Amino acid sequence: MIAVVPGELVASTPRAARGTGLDRAFEILCFSAATFLLAALGGLIVSLAIGGWPAFANFGVGFFFSAEWDPVREIYGAAGAVTGTLVTATVALLISLPLALGVAIFLVELCPTPLRRPIGTAVELLAGIPSIVYGMWGLFVFAPWFSKHVQMPIMMSAKPGTLWETLTTGVPNGSGILSASIILAIMILPFMAATLRELFLTIPPQVRESAYGLGSTTFEVIRNVSLPYIRTGAIGAVMLGLGRALGETMAVTFIIGNSHGFPTSMFASGSTIASTIANEFAEATGVLHTSSLIALGLVLFVITFIVLALARVFIGRQANL
Amino acid sequence: MTAFAPQRLSRRIAELVFLAFCWAAAAIALMALAAIMWSLVTKGIGGFFRPDGGGLDLRIFTMSTPAPGSEGGLLNAIMGSLMMCALAMVGAVFVGILAGTWLSEFARESQYGKVVRFLNDVLLSAPSILVGLFVYGILVAPLGGFSGLAGAVALGMIAAPVITRTTEDVLRLQPTALREASVALGAPVWRTILAVIWKSAQGGMLTGALLAFARISGETAPLLFTALNNQFLSLDMTKPTANLPVVIFNFALSAYDDWRRLAWAGALLIAATVLTVTIIARLLARETRRS
Repeated sequence: MIAVVPGELVASTPRAARGTGLDRAFEILCFSAATFLLAALGGLIVSLAIGGWPAFANFGVGFFFSAEWDPVREIYGAAGAVTGTLVTATVALLISLPLALGVAIFLVELCPTPLRRPIGTAVELLAGIPSIVYGMWGLFVFAPWFSKHVQMPIMMSAKPGTLWETLTTGVPNGSGILSASIILAIMILPFMAATLRELFLTIPPQVRESAYGLGSTTFEVIRNVSLPYIRTGAIGAVMLGLGRALGETMAVTFIIGNSHGFPTSMFASGSTIASTIANEFAEATGVLHTSSLIALGLVLFVITFIVLALARVFIGRQANL
Repeated sequence: MTAFAPQRLSRRIAELVFLAFCWAAAAIALMALAAIMWSLVTKGIGGFFRPDGGGLDLRIFTMSTPAPGSEGGLLNAIMGSLMMCALAMVGAVFVGILAGTWLSEFARESQYGKVVRFLNDVLLSAPSILVGLFVYGILVAPLGGFSGLAGAVALGMIAAPVITRTTEDVLRLQPTALREASVALGAPVWRTILAVIWKSAQGGMLTGALLAFARISGETAPLLFTALNNQFLSLDMTKPTANLPVVIFNFALSAYDDWRRLAWAGALLIAATVLTVTIIARLLARETRRS
């Protein structure tokens, strides 16, 4: 038997002992990278606040309540773009959510088994298509169709003097608030459907099968078992979809019509915060114009931050988003 | 699932209505998405063939963006996009992997770790146009001009949170026993992470990087006022640099048919790239999971 002297053991691993000196350095390097990300977000907020300051200082609280946007007279108000953003995103969500739920339920419960994987994968892939593609399709394919088959008939048949007539006035060229909402809805649809499907798949099969075993119909299983099971995650997924719709730039800029002020009807043109910035920022010359656009950006950041923060609270980290 | 027929009529009707709704929703949604893909392919493919109907036309890859009415391609935009994405990915991979490693290996459940994780998730889904505004504020305005470099920084800022998130997720999946075994052999922590944990997680980390690349290759909004655009082929990234998304945006909104044709061809090119990269990433992820 060979006696092992403690000192000998240490001496036999000199390389490792020497290496531990770098542990601290490596940890600091990783820590710096993480802090760098935090600083980027902080810098983003600070830079928007500084850039937008002249607008806030000049127009005061009125900036948030005025819908006037007049680069010639240098008068800017955020209310029109903010309303446009909230309206299009909300309408998009209202259209998209039932469809996304339908697709997710279809994929989990109804779809013939051989088609499940291909369709599910296709939906997930479509979630990655750049938004500019949706915008182009909206402008060149959807708008002409929408103008001819939806806008024209509705506007022709609307009775003069009714609320419906007010809601449907506008130029029937296929663009406008409602068109933008529909394109946004199509854009966030694959994302929400894929997320909801993933959430449905986290439900243990035994739970669903016992509900079926008790004699429930598909509808009852979904309503009483599946949906309650994924409720918090689903709210989070919806919030994430809303966050996307609020901040989406390209899909909207192509088709919303880009006019300032409050949206007046479903078919009237309007603008969102993102579309206003995208259209005007590169050409803005006046200090006040640039600053007002940056201030709009800050408003958008605050809105999306609240929505995304709520999404994260609801969704936790169980679903891989 | 419908083999069972409930007794009460109201339940049967509710079930029928519900099933009809789900089928209809799926049909509408899938048809809309199929319609988009169909237009993209039919309108985009024209750019890759000669207008007179004969043979492949590779001018899209060999000529720069034309003046209206003359012939041209997208070479400068493709080159610009590739350069900016490559530069953005270098920075984003460096920051993202280190930050993800810190979150997974060092921070774990510490308060600061939770804050970074939460804000990284916010940054991950923040509107990309705001990143453009930010980069304009810190790089374009102070340095006095639009540049490809600024575009790359904006894209990198969008890619980094994606890589951070996926890196952390993959590293967390690595078994603790692996770390313990390495440390027990006498390896210091940094070598354990570099040579054992990263090595074992490399497939997943590569998937994350590919997904981040797919994400930024189609981003338009952050480039509008950072990289701007350039009519000519230029490899100088301190000047405004042409890039596919902005060229598509400008050409699509123009009044010239040949510009619109190029815009569709470019859109098809980007969509095909994104889909290919995503599919590769998914195959890779499946491969890694299996082994």
